[in-house]
Amino acid sequence: MIRCVIGAVLLVVAAPALADGTMPAAPYAYTQLENPAQEASAKALMETLRCLQCQGQSIADSDAPIAGDMRHQVRTRIKAGEDPEAIRGWLVQSYGDYVSYAPRVTAATWPLFAAPLVLLGLIGLILRRRLGKGKQA
Amino acid sequence: MIANLGLAALWFAAALAALQLLAGGMSLNKGGQALTGLVRPVAMVQGALVAVAFLVLLYLFSVTDLSVLLVAKNSHSAKPLIYKLSGAWGNHEGSMLLWVTVMGLAGAFLAMVERRLPERTMLATLAAQAFVSLGFYAFLLFASNPFTRLNPVPLDGLGLNPTLQDPGLAFHPPTLYIGYVGLSIAFSFAVGAMLTREVGPAFAKAMRPWVLGAWVFLTAGIVAGSYWAYYELGWGGWWFWDPVENASLMPWLAATALLHSVSVLASRNALRTWTIMLGVVAFSMSMLGTFLVRSGILTSVHAFAVDPTRGAFILILLAIYIGGALALFGLRAATISEGERFSVTSREGALVVNNVLLSATLGIVLMGTLYPLLAETLGAKVSVGPPYFNPMSAVFVLPMLVVLAVGPLLRWRRDDFVRVRKLLILPLAVTLGVGVMALISGMKLLPLLGMALAFGLALASLLPLKGRRLRTLRLPLIGMVLAHFGVAVALFGMAADAAFTTERLVAANPGDTVEVGPWQVKLEQVVPVAGPNWTALEATVQARYQGGKQIELHPQARSFWSPPQGTSESALSTRWNGQLYVVLGEVAEDGRWQLRLWWKPFVTLIWYGGLLIALGGLLAMLGHLSSDLRRIVAQDKIAYRRMKQGR
Amino acid sequence: MSEPAPTRASPWLLWLPLLAFAAFLALVAYGLRNPAPREVRSALIGKPVPEFNLPPALDGQPGLARADLADGKVKLVNIFASWCVPCAVEAPQLAALKAAGVNLVGVAIRDKPADLKIFLDRNGNPFSRIAADNVSAIQFQLGSSGVPESFVVDGRGVIRYQHIGEIRADQVPLILAEIERAAR
Repeated sequence: MIRCVIGAVLLVVAAPALADGTMPAAPYAYTQLENPAQEASAKALMETLRCLQCQGQSIADSDAPIAGDMRHQVRTRIKAGEDPEAIRGWLVQSYGDYVSYAPRVTAATWPLFAAPLVLLGLIGLILRRRLGKGKQA
Repeated sequence: MIANLGLAALWFAAALAALQLLAGGMSLNKGGQALTGLVRPVAMVQGALVAVAFLVLLYLFSVTDLSVLLVAKNSHSAKPLIYKLSGAWGNHEGSMLLWVTVMGLAGAFLAMVERRLPERTMLATLAAQAFVSLGFYAFLLFASNPFTRLNPVPLDGLGLNPTLQDPGLAFHPPTLYIGYVGLSIAFSFAVGAMLTREVGPAFAKAMRPWVLGAWVFLTAGIVAGSYWAYYELGWGGWWFWDPVENASLMPWLAATALLHSVSVLASRNALRTWTIMLGVVAFSMSMLGTFLVRSGILTSVHAFAVDPTRGAFILILLAIYIGGALALFGLRAATISEGERFSVTSREGALVVNNVLLSATLGIVLMGTLYPLLAETLGAKVSVGPPYFNPMSAVFVLPMLVVLAVGPLLRWRRDDFVRVRKLLILPLAVTLGVGVMALISGMKLLPLLGMALAFGLALASLLPLKGRRLRTLRLPLIGMVLAHFGVAVALFGMAADAAFTTERLVAANPGDTVEVGPWQVKLEQVVPVAGPNWTALEATVQARYQGGKQIELHPQARSFWSPPQGTSESALSTRWNGQLYVVLGEVAEDGRWQLRLWWKPFVTLIWYGGLLIALGGLLAMLGHLSSDLRRIVAQDKIAYRRMKQGR
Repeated sequence: MSEPAPTRASPWLLWLPLLAFAAFLALVAYGLRNPAPREVRSALIGKPVPEFNLPPALDGQPGLARADLADGKVKLVNIFASWCVPCAVEAPQLAALKAAGVNLVGVAIRDKPADLKIFLDRNGNPFSRIAADNVSAIQFQLGSSGVPESFVVDGRGVIRYQHIGEIRADQVPLILAEIERAAR
């Protein structure tokens, strides 16, 4: 009886928020894997995968159904023994680099990785000029 | 009617800004000397008028005046008063009005109290402040008018975004804005100094409290924002390297470098070019940040929904102000003679390294934030997130933390590293010890380094106190020690959160007990509750820490109707050694409730550490101001005595 | 204190910030004028559909597997759901495509059979097959990121074209052209 009341209130109350279907979340969207090491590995991967419909959130930080579905995929595949980087590769194959928060070194992203090196070079230059000169009192 | 008053006040303020610019600019020339007396009063009245405009906006929101378009779009009569008021700045136009209000009030305050600058530099500074304000007044009045009317008047407003209906909205934006718009004063100082070529210790002593004040607020604002996101978003994350977050971090990095630089210039007459450069860069980063957030050019959960034409307007302002200041820098900086020289191993040397590393970190954050935009122009869509930012910023931040440990111990001008080496043996041993322990326990690399450095740094930051008598300690020194210690505390919190957090996701029936870390958590019941403008399902959860005393928590899943949106209100229980974080999810088909539980050891130290940093800065600022005050009073006494004797 | 010999910072270093800013301005101005589209496109255009097997959405109708898409005929795979409002909006266009001879295959995302039946009764059923996908698995296989989306898959099971969002009336000729291109 209480459950019916709660259920009815839930529908009334939650209806505006239920925009994405009435089906429940995917099995592994909100359930952890039984093996802690696998769960830790899955969690680490999920924090670096981008939710496809959100405005800049990882799938580990979003309640959107598609994020839940992506978490389900990640956990299912980790449970089946797939390597995290292979899962990332599969998603990148389907969606391009957008879906991964870890940019790879490609023709389109090499400046990202060159930047720290350039900055280190600049630092060396500036420090040598500034500190190398003022040696005497 | 009142709305029109607010608009009129805004126009008058803008007109006065124009007058301030003209008078200040012309009084720098020989012919315009007569206008000198005009500049300060005009600045003060301008500040008062823009404050009136802002108060009018607050009033309109507090009474939900629906004849004003902004109120109709962003407010609702059923909202609690605090959210009506803080909702005034929870939208684009209102927050831009807050921006110009802080600028105007800061300029007015500057005009009122600043007496230490040479007159010409002061006038140039006020003129520069007016110049920058004018552009933003124009943006407000022509492209983002907060006082636009609506006819016919609707029955009620659209309401405020539910995730913003939280006390965080009352704290985070105002402190943040006082911080990074307060840096406009430093920008104006830098421009004023470049125009009048007055870059010396006197200039730096005048600029220092303004920089410190803005920086303290900026630090507190970022800490507030991080904590707000942490408890509001429902997943326990406290920093996401989101473009809007980075937009607040970049001015902070520049301002931190600036406050160190200006201190060196004030006490040792060195680092002149650095100080001017950083003064320009800090506020430039603030303006850049506000552009990124409002132009729609980068995707973010925190971004305002604005159209690109407004973005173009701000971009033009950026081009004029930042381009102009940087061009001035290129022209004038070469003729600013460098100050005193110093050797590599000296406090100045350490501070140069500090500046350089902070600037490099700023460069990395800027690069990572803008890169998706750059890649899009090349036709590729990439995402840059924590897997890039964390290691890349660590490359520069970790060495900087080492310098932070050593630097305050070095003497000015020239020191011997052997002397300092002895002092650092204990912190180094502690760092290595903790590092080895962490390695054995299997911690990942970055948290390991953070943890080890946190302990070593905590000890090293206290070393400057060694050998000094407590009673003779001056406030600036205490402030420095506290702020550096705060860095170590925050670092420890970050490392602990990354390494020791336990997460449990469960589907529970009422009566089930779940274990998360040292806690036993029992779901009692889930009942509907109602609030002023929302309804919710509230869970009653009973938790015991290692079988101890029972506490009750009430996480909620809320539904608002105006606008129709749901939020999840997490329930937190804070202990000395961490936080229990409980979130209520949705109900599954079999009637079980989804619960998300975290045990986060020492996570609150992240924000306590941040507040310690801000407090340290506050103490340093008060210390400098009080010694200035004492000096001024002493000088007045001497002058008075001389005057009496001369009679 | 003796007058220190002025050590000037190198001029090019001083102009570096302005240059960097100019580059930033150029980049951002370009980005403002040519905003990139917000949607995420599939990276599998031109690649074969990966292996998958979905159960039927309604009793009495067949499900969908990869083999069904590689049977020699061009198909239009429509990813939809009864709770998705634009899907109802594109129903007339799907009917028009079916009338033009297109073989339509549907995948219902996160749908209950009862809701799906109501949706099809109300908007018509142009599909030869309807599969049920409750965990959006097909979307990850095809590179789709939302509903509704339509994919032109040729006879060999290679994805030839992706249409994001509902098919509007003026876009029907475009779809037909893509289907024809895939048939060649």
